[in-house]
Amino acid sequence: MAMAQKLQHNVTIKGTKDGLVLLLDDLCSFEHLVEELNEKLSDDHGQLLNGPLISVIVKTGNRYLTDQQSGLIREIIGQKKNLEIKRFETNVITVAEAEEMKKEAQIMRVSKVVRSGQVLSVQGDLLLIGDVNPGGTVMATGNIFVLGSLKGIAHGGSAGNRKAVIAASVMKPTQLRIAEMINRAPDHYPEHGNEMECAFISDEEDQILIDRISIVHKIRPELNRL
Amino acid sequence: MGEAIVITSGKGGVGKTTTSANIGTSLALSGKKVCLVDTDIGLRNLDVLMGLENRIIYDLVDVVEERCKLHQALIKDKRFECLFLLPAAQTKDKSSVQPEQMKKIIMELKQDYDYVIIDCPAGIEQGFKNAVAGADKSIVVTNPEISSVRDADRIIGLLEQEDVEAPKLIVNRVRNHLAKSGDMLDVDEIVSILAIELIGVVVDDENVIKAANKGEPIAMSPNSKASIAYRNIARRILGESVPLSTIEEEKGFFSKIKTLLGMR
Ligand SMILES: Nc1ncnc2c1ncn2[C@@H]1O[C@H](COP(=O)(O)OP(=O)(O)OP(=O)(O)O)[C@@H](O)[C@H]1O
Ligand SMILES: [Mg+2]
Repeated sequence: MAMAQKLQHNVTIKGTKDGLVLLLDDLCSFEHLVEELNEKLSDDHGQLLNGPLISVIVKTGNRYLTDQQSGLIREIIGQKKNLEIKRFETNVITVAEAEEMKKEAQIMRVSKVVRSGQVLSVQGDLLLIGDVNPGGTVMATGNIFVLGSLKGIAHGGSAGNRKAVIAASVMKPTQLRIAEMINRAPDHYPEHGNEMECAFISDEEDQILIDRISIVHKIRPELNRL
Repeated sequence: MGEAIVITSGKGGVGKTTTSANIGTSLALSGKKVCLVDTDIGLRNLDVLMGLENRIIYDLVDVVEERCKLHQALIKDKRFECLFLLPAAQTKDKSSVQPEQMKKIIMELKQDYDYVIIDCPAGIEQGFKNAVAGADKSIVVTNPEISSVRDADRIIGLLEQEDVEAPKLIVNRVRNHLAKSGDMLDVDEIVSILAIELIGVVVDDENVIKAANKGEPIAMSPNSKASIAYRNIARRILGESVPLSTIEEEKGFFSKIKTLLGMR
């Protein structure tokens, strides 16, 4: 009886206005967790687990789930056709993941001329102090800021981030790319202008637009770290 | 021990061989001991420009393949006791020499000469790698046209990965009236794109071609603008501070930057 009592506490199901929260105890063994989860879900809890589609957030506390383990939990929950996992929430990540996050969040500062035939590729944001010459390429998984002339190719959000922006002191690229979107340069640039500009994907028009740098804070407020 | 300078460009026909011959001749005029090395195996030209073709017995590949000693392959110039040429082979191709072998030869020449001037073939492949292998310094030659500047940029990028000092720039075949009318890139524009130090500007001068056909480098005739330009480049290589005069160009990019900063 004491054993059964304890089992009751490893998986807690809470209803919120947005759906269900599944709290998984982080101290018991994973086997216990799986066992109890199976049990609780197969128990008939009335319309809660059988009614219309409900989204589920799985909270794993201080337990680290391997891909295989979270796969198993997805499978178990997936057996209930009306449950849809929105996300896993956890307090812990691996060192490798932490380092990856740090890289994504960092601004790589590089001082050089990126010349024809050269490719400068970074994780996170790129701050280039120098020019990108025609035939040269700069890439970043985050934003790109060029303190110099951008005359080659720039690819921001290279791993798919459509929110990335590309800014340059002199914006005369041969090609701009943000995430999977490509924008070729006009065949002629005007003599003047193209100074301090910024490129971004406009959600309304679903294409890359270039505008004065001063509008960036409006379209990408999340750039602020202050 | 002397120093080895490679003359390169990326694009063909911009004036590497002409530059090599004239810088070599100008340095010899100043009394320096100079050896010119033609690394354009299969398309040798430097001997023709120097008027020494008829004296070739052995060449670079003969030295590499040990058919002769290095000193046996060196040809003494007609005009100067202190100027020599190591000719390229005409019947082989670039792959008959390896960078390591080239390095060894240049090293050996540096023991005996103040300056070793290496004429690099066009392109970015094996020939380029060979030419750069033994060099301490490099000079990039470009013409005032976009494709040539683009290739120069590529070469500068490749030189950054080699064990040579930051390259210096020569803009060759400048025609002032075209630059003024905006039909050609001007020198300031080129320097601002390539962002390396300018060491000389040579005008387009038909006497250069005439001289080449006679096998007598233009630097030998003191009156032409091109000749003065090459001699000035040689003086800058020797460490003199010769201003980039008005004959060569109006006002350089670097002097402009300094004015902005209030340094001059
Ligand atoms: N300043 C100049 N004025 C006029 N003609 C020039 C000048 N410099 C070079 N030339 C001419 O341009 C042509 C090409 O020059 P050169 O052979 O030196 O080029 P290169 O870069 O060595 O060519 P390659 O890549 O084939 O080795 C020659 O006919 C030469 O006489
Ligand atoms: Mg040549």
